[in-house]
Amino acid sequence: MSKKFTKDHEWISLDGDVATVGITAYAQEQLGDVVFVEVPEAGQKVAQGDDAAVVESVKAASEVYAPLSGEVVQGNPALEATPELVNQSPDDEGWFFKMTMTDAGELDDLMDEAAYDAFVKELG
Amino acid sequence: MSGVKQTFTGNRALVLEEALIFEIGVTSKCGVDLEPVPETPSMLGDCGAKQAVNLPGLSEPEAMRHYVRLSQKNHSIDAGLYPLGSCTMKHNPRLNEKMARLPGFGDIHPLQPQASVQGALQLMDDLAHWLKTLTGMPEVALSPKAGAHGELCGMMAIRAAIEAKGELDSRKRVLVPESAHGTNPATAALLGFKVDGIPANADGRVDLAAFKEKLQENGGTDVAAIMLTNPNTCGLFERDIIEIADALHAVGGYFYCDGANFNAIVGRVRPGDLGVDAMHINLHKTFSTPHGGGGPGSGPTVLSERLAPFAPLPYVEKSDEGYRLVEDANQTDAPSFGRMVAFHGQMGMFVRALSYMMSHGSDGLRQVAEDAVLNANYVLARLQDVMSAPFNGPCMHEALFDDSFLKDTGIDTLDFAKAMIDEGYHPMTMYFPLVVHGAMLIEPTETESKATLDLFIATMRDLVAGAKAGDLDRFKQAPELAPRRRLDETQAARNPVLRWQAECHEAQAAE
Amino acid sequence: MRYLPLTPADRQSMLATMGAASIDDLFVDVPGAAQRDGLVDLPRHQSEMQVERQLSHMAGKNMTASSVPFFCGAGAYKHHVPATVDHIIQRSEFLTSYTPYQPEITQGTLQYLFEFQTQVCELTGMPVANASMYDGSTAAAEAVLMAHRVTRKSRAVLSGRLHPHYTAVIENLSEMGGFTLAQSACAPAPTNGDELIAMIDDDTSCVVIQNPDFFGNVADFSALAQQVQNKGCLLIAVVPEVMSLGLIKRPGDMGADIVVGEGQSLGNGLNFGGPYVGLFAAREKHIRQMPGRLCGETVDADGNRGFVLTLSTREQHIRRDKATSNICTNSGLCSLAFTAHMTLLGGEGLRQLGQINHARAVQLSQSLGALEGVTLMTSAFFNEFSVRVSRPADAVVNELAEKGVLGGVPAARLLPDAGLDDVLIIAATEVNTEEDIAAYAAAMQEVLS
Repeated sequence: MSKKFTKDHEWISLDGDVATVGITAYAQEQLGDVVFVEVPEAGQKVAQGDDAAVVESVKAASEVYAPLSGEVVQGNPALEATPELVNQSPDDEGWFFKMTMTDAGELDDLMDEAAYDAFVKELG
Repeated sequence: MSGVKQTFTGNRALVLEEALIFEIGVTSKCGVDLEPVPETPSMLGDCGAKQAVNLPGLSEPEAMRHYVRLSQKNHSIDAGLYPLGSCTMKHNPRLNEKMARLPGFGDIHPLQPQASVQGALQLMDDLAHWLKTLTGMPEVALSPKAGAHGELCGMMAIRAAIEAKGELDSRKRVLVPESAHGTNPATAALLGFKVDGIPANADGRVDLAAFKEKLQENGGTDVAAIMLTNPNTCGLFERDIIEIADALHAVGGYFYCDGANFNAIVGRVRPGDLGVDAMHINLHKTFSTPHGGGGPGSGPTVLSERLAPFAPLPYVEKSDEGYRLVEDANQTDAPSFGRMVAFHGQMGMFVRALSYMMSHGSDGLRQVAEDAVLNANYVLARLQDVMSAPFNGPCMHEALFDDSFLKDTGIDTLDFAKAMIDEGYHPMTMYFPLVVHGAMLIEPTETESKATLDLFIATMRDLVAGAKAGDLDRFKQAPELAPRRRLDETQAARNPVLRWQAECHEAQAAE
Repeated sequence: MRYLPLTPADRQSMLATMGAASIDDLFVDVPGAAQRDGLVDLPRHQSEMQVERQLSHMAGKNMTASSVPFFCGAGAYKHHVPATVDHIIQRSEFLTSYTPYQPEITQGTLQYLFEFQTQVCELTGMPVANASMYDGSTAAAEAVLMAHRVTRKSRAVLSGRLHPHYTAVIENLSEMGGFTLAQSACAPAPTNGDELIAMIDDDTSCVVIQNPDFFGNVADFSALAQQVQNKGCLLIAVVPEVMSLGLIKRPGDMGADIVVGEGQSLGNGLNFGGPYVGLFAAREKHIRQMPGRLCGETVDADGNRGFVLTLSTREQHIRRDKATSNICTNSGLCSLAFTAHMTLLGGEGLRQLGQINHARAVQLSQSLGALEGVTLMTSAFFNEFSVRVSRPADAVVNELAEKGVLGGVPAARLLPDAGLDDVLIIAATEVNTEEDIAAYAAAMQEVLS
């Protein structure tokens, strides 16, 4: 499955049962230098839209929301020591957390890459 | 630093580099002459420490030099304009300092017998009278230690009033404009309320229709309060404020007013006449007590008739026998919501504020508001053709601009502000309020002369011209002339170093 | 009017520039109903001389600590503040400058805050400290909220020997925030804290103790700290008299998780209760849950060392309704006074000063304890202890005052229903002389006979 995106600038990539969640290149650019990330703990249950993580830059702190309902499998352990991974590699090594889904149907609510790119363009 | 002479010391004539005390002093040095220790048995039990704390001391001349050199690296009101919107950086009169240091005010203990401090209690009562009269409110809580603490006081009183009516479980919503200062939603959340944002209209004020709709969402019975700043954080007077207050009161809600901008209306408008239930006053803004590099502040909070019974302890009562401090719940029938702070409040700031109020008087204070509003409008009028003001019409005591005038220059609000530093100005408030993009909020206050404003305006116009002419270096490299260039805040946040440590810092010095 | 630079000619010219006929045009947005045409009913402006005359008269009605033998404590202490300190805090660039949000032109403030934070760390034996809070009582309340955040629990256990005002402030903030608490019994006798351990339940986040406690008792609480932590709670230690840290074991060394205190004793006068300066120190792992301002070290664009406010994302101006606290100021100038005084003293100077304080208190306790009708209740103390007197303590204090001695604080003034009507809390510091002590003993003898 190709990546899906939310209006809050999160991406989701599916590998079997496990979804990996991160924030987009656009989001990290808006934030500026990321100084701290708080990722959820394994076992935490989330509903679609719940606060799942926090990403902090020097001047701002933003919530990262669960794009789907399910259970967190793992928060990215590398982000504690190297929060700048979010800036350097937002689509790959800067992933935030992995989770299992309880309702695959929720994926339909999300945008595909083309739709997300158009959405970002409109934000100007 | 390009183009600037390098010196052996790193000093630049009168601007001197200064090391940390830990790099200069030693534990055994002492700048205080102490008596020999009287011979007595120790009664420290098992709690005696074996050795002295590892902190350096300096002789008096060394200490004086250290702090004087540090002081030279600070901008200050005494040195120049500080056009910080919402901060009211007015002149801090020295009479206030002299009065606060009178031994009869400075050298008395909060818990010595009340009969021995009647003059102090009288001062608190007099201050209370001035604040109540200026605001048209029947009660005031003097104990909050700062503006944010005063907000907490006002909202606690509201919560107590709601609880007394048995409505605490239902009234959970607090309406707060998007333009509000961050302390407003922080305070509401601290008390367990749910914050609901009110949008602004195209005029920069609360959208009255949207407000009424929000209010009535659940029939109004779930609204605890509104938290409004007036004049608001865009520097504009909320025209519909009386209607807002009436609509709110009609559904049983309470009106908290953030009094940070009282300087615009003091002596001309009384918040009590606008329907306010609680308002904190920043003595360090409107009433000239010094900002001191970040504190101490003082935030007395005026309360309406409905909230007065819940005022926190302690407070001063006047009777034929004199003044008495009501300190404990069993000394009064009033259902006070409790105590917010040890002792009685910021007495040192009370003396300063009263000294200021007595100096200005009712006529002077009215002139303060008028001159503050005049100065801000003068700046607005003479900059609005080259900078972009998002809202039409006169402002109150502060003028708001956004960054659209910098569009396509490659320069943002931050760069513009840093370039002001090289010109000798402290930047205006940046990126607040959040409702406009790249906000620049300018509050000159009434203690600036026309000549100062003219030079400021000319400088700002020159900076704008430079930005539009593409003079990027003037902005991107700024500041170049301050004691330090732009500082790496990312590093400070990623790898916090919050104290000096021998191992790390000595290695650093060796490099 | 001396504080207003604009002249009538200036005002006219400025109004003309903006095309306004009068100042009233600029107040056009104020509803008519709210505009006041006349002046509010308060005195008109006065000269410096007139203001001075009135305020001096008011000040003259108060009995000052320096004018009599003075022995009041209970959370605010009279110490000698060097003249240098008061001079430094009156320098324009410290007195009239703002919060250091533009660090390039406020390195003076930022550097002294960094030095202050380091000093607080060393004094408390903790790895990290903030740039100060309003005072000790609000710092203690904030520490309790922080413990709730860190442990995700909602109940606090308080020692009954906390300063009653501190208890009241913690109670107030807890109740308003929807938290609960329990407090052990209050008594002047020292305790090892077993009763506090017994009160811990599954929802308890912290235990709050005070050392020296309200009655003056000092003790090594390492064993208690261990027990509290074994139960999964944080130990919060309150230090009401910062000067004690020059002579007694540091709360950090005894195992505290959070240390809060009142810093007034260093650099700041009595000032009838404010402004004071709250101290707040914690463990590294809890840094992001700490309230208040933090100053950190960094470098500038030229590679020179400098200082900035940091970790601001905890604070209200960024997190708004998710902030760790609503606090907006620190105690600025009061923290400068603290750090300047501490710098003048140095570690060994502070220790000697502590020894003098302790010695004076010991001498006083011996003089008073020898009197008929006075029983010393505190066996281990720093510079403050409690006595039981043979008459109600508030009457004793009032009569001592009439004899020109400010002899301490009756416990019942802050604890009116605790059966402590005959308990008097007395402090002695380096300002007290042997003559003062003799005068107190003589006056007390008269009052009790």
